[in-house]
Amino acid sequence: MDFNDSPEEAAFRAEVREWLDKNAEKKTDTNTNWRAGLDDAEAMAKAKAWQAKRADARFAQITWPEEWGGRGGTPIQTVIYGQEESQYLAPRGYFEIGLGMCIPTMMAYATPEQNARFVQPALRGEEIWCQLFSEPSAGSDVAGLRTKAVRDGDDWVINGQKVWTSGAHYSDFGILLTRTNPDVPKHKGLTMFFLDMKSPGVECRPIKQMSGDANFNEVFFTDVRIPDSQRLSDEGNGWKVALTTLMNERLAVGDASGPDIEELMELARNTESETGGPVIKDMDVRQKIADWYVQGQGLKYTKFRTLTALSKGQTPGPEASISKVVSAPRLQDLTSFALDLMDQSGVQMDRELTGENMQFMASNFWAPGLRIAGGTDEILRNIIAERVLGLPGDVRVDKDVAYKDLPKGTS
Amino acid sequence: MNFDFSDEQKMLRDQARSFLEDKCTSQTVRTILEGDEPYDKELWAGIAEMGFLGAAIPEEFGGLGLGHLELCVIAEEVGRVVAPVPFSSSVYLATEALLAAGSDSQKSAWLPKLAAGEAIGTFAVAEGNKPATAKNVNASFDGSSLTGTKVAVPDGDVADVAIVAAKSAKGTALVLVDLNGPGVSRRNLRTVDPTRSYAELTFEGAPAELIGDDGEGWSLKERVFDRAAVLMAFEQVGGSQSALEMAKEYAMGRIAFGRSIASFQAIKHKLADMYIKTELARSNAYYGAWALSTDAPELPVAAAGARVAAIEAYGFAAQENVQAHGGIGFTWEADCHLHYRRARNLNLALGSGRVWKDALVTRLEQRNAA
Repeated sequence: MDFNDSPEEAAFRAEVREWLDKNAEKKTDTNTNWRAGLDDAEAMAKAKAWQAKRADARFAQITWPEEWGGRGGTPIQTVIYGQEESQYLAPRGYFEIGLGMCIPTMMAYATPEQNARFVQPALRGEEIWCQLFSEPSAGSDVAGLRTKAVRDGDDWVINGQKVWTSGAHYSDFGILLTRTNPDVPKHKGLTMFFLDMKSPGVECRPIKQMSGDANFNEVFFTDVRIPDSQRLSDEGNGWKVALTTLMNERLAVGDASGPDIEELMELARNTESETGGPVIKDMDVRQKIADWYVQGQGLKYTKFRTLTALSKGQTPGPEASISKVVSAPRLQDLTSFALDLMDQSGVQMDRELTGENMQFMASNFWAPGLRIAGGTDEILRNIIAERVLGLPGDVRVDKDVAYKDLPKGTS
Repeated sequence: MNFDFSDEQKMLRDQARSFLEDKCTSQTVRTILEGDEPYDKELWAGIAEMGFLGAAIPEEFGGLGLGHLELCVIAEEVGRVVAPVPFSSSVYLATEALLAAGSDSQKSAWLPKLAAGEAIGTFAVAEGNKPATAKNVNASFDGSSLTGTKVAVPDGDVADVAIVAAKSAKGTALVLVDLNGPGVSRRNLRTVDPTRSYAELTFEGAPAELIGDDGEGWSLKERVFDRAAVLMAFEQVGGSQSALEMAKEYAMGRIAFGRSIASFQAIKHKLADMYIKTELARSNAYYGAWALSTDAPELPVAAAGARVAAIEAYGFAAQENVQAHGGIGFTWEADCHLHYRRARNLNLALGSGRVWKDALVTRLEQRNAA
């Protein structure tokens, strides 16, 4: 047992470091942000330029085959690259969904000509992709979606609404899951397409979150025409295609990040308790810190176990599935407790008054979304129970009923 | 990154598992629970013969001379089967204390016997209904003999040798006492887990010899308990995994409302939570194993983390296993209470979760200050 690189990994790490040193600016401290001082357009331009550089050096999608601009590398090399890149002011956040989910789906189902047209521009950051699955009435049960695609000559006509689409407003293309046949059970009547997000009838609107910020979009489709040549796989085979996309989602959705033990301990050292002295001396506070510390360490070392499997060229064990279901509620609980420590001043959500403590308020209003995005706490527990522990599926009342005959609740 | 046990260590685990599953069924545990024998002597002899007691003892002292990673994988299997033997007292505590601080003559005198299972060892700190802290140690050592009372001492009724925390002229000392010698009397105690016995030991001028430096007894005790905490964490993880498997097996076979109860989300989510806590504990235990096996400066933090996570996992899995079983789980007849008892026992034996959490934060503060 050790935490060292194998000789091959060490050589790869050295290669990555050498390249990053030449091409990127090293962070001076962990809190520096590549976006500092840039507006949205400048940030995007910077990110695109960086992505092109990475792609040219074949560091953008390390595991992709060489013919697609990868280097036929291993998952552990991707991890090593990410570890090293995080030490530099390297932009990120625009291309992960496209390259992690959409383009792999294209590679599996689009024509060779289409892939020749789309893969490279996506890899180099010239075109950005989004994923259009979730709907107001189809969240965890995404196969219950309503957006309709109706055949009209060589085209399909799309009407409906998608929601929680990250990056829709700046995306050039998207993959879109639709209902093409309401007369068969819900999973069997779906069809997947890709489309130009600038098509007439596509409208993006930002969603105002409970925090007041707007990080996501809803996308409306009104008589949008998509040529049949942009259908991915057969009519009615959309669920199978979607599973290809979602299998890759696990890799794309990260852990909850935000204030952690160090910040909580800092707060507890600097907060006076009712009995005088720092509140970190109080036993109830220490018990909580210890609980969250071991949860955090548990996730960290679970990740090390996963990396070990990758390093040996094995498929990681099921333990990797616990990451988000632990980290998201942990962030919510930890930040709620931080507010509690602040006592009555915890109500303040004003950077001028709270200073550094604002991070706890902000994360407390972000964490509820993390518990829902990319699989709710509840769905993730179902997945652990069914796929890891092998428990039977729930009784399904919608399996053999035509979609049109299913009860439709409120959206 | 190589954060896993080696193939050889995994083979040892498989070997330990098949041996223990064969020799230690739930009936084996029940025989000790319901009978007068303090532990299963045949199982103990078998474990000794397999070399498990001396896995981390150097060959020159009669052990296998493997290492602590090997001992960790064995401990997990001991926990899975709720083995009714004084493994933790003898191996994690007495043996570790001798390895950490014993003189050559102390090691030569006791390690070969401990490795062979001919002698059982234990470690005595607590003195009744008060926190087991240095200031509450009243047993006293005068340089050659020990006087005082220790209660509750794990496996104190069957142990041949004890490492005892005592007051000395220089503060706190650890002393080694031959429990079969003069001046020692024992009284058996009733506890939450009769599959592992406890006793009150009274020393009246019992011959005792210093182990480690006089005055350094409490820090040595902490060192030994850190090492034991990692090993016991593996035992707890084994128990936790086993309780989860019991709950799963029962839920799969139990039909209610026309379906297997394992298809209900209320049960699925409970079992998923048992799995999550077990994996978090396992990963913390792995880190502890790394720190223990490399004698890393991170050991105090890693050991406390392993202990806290293991307490959380085993306590939860043992109690929710009863819940998943419903009414039958509350009976004597069902095996759920074997884990319920053992979880309470192990979760308190080296100090409670509350105490270890406080210690963990103290260690984090010290690390941050350094």
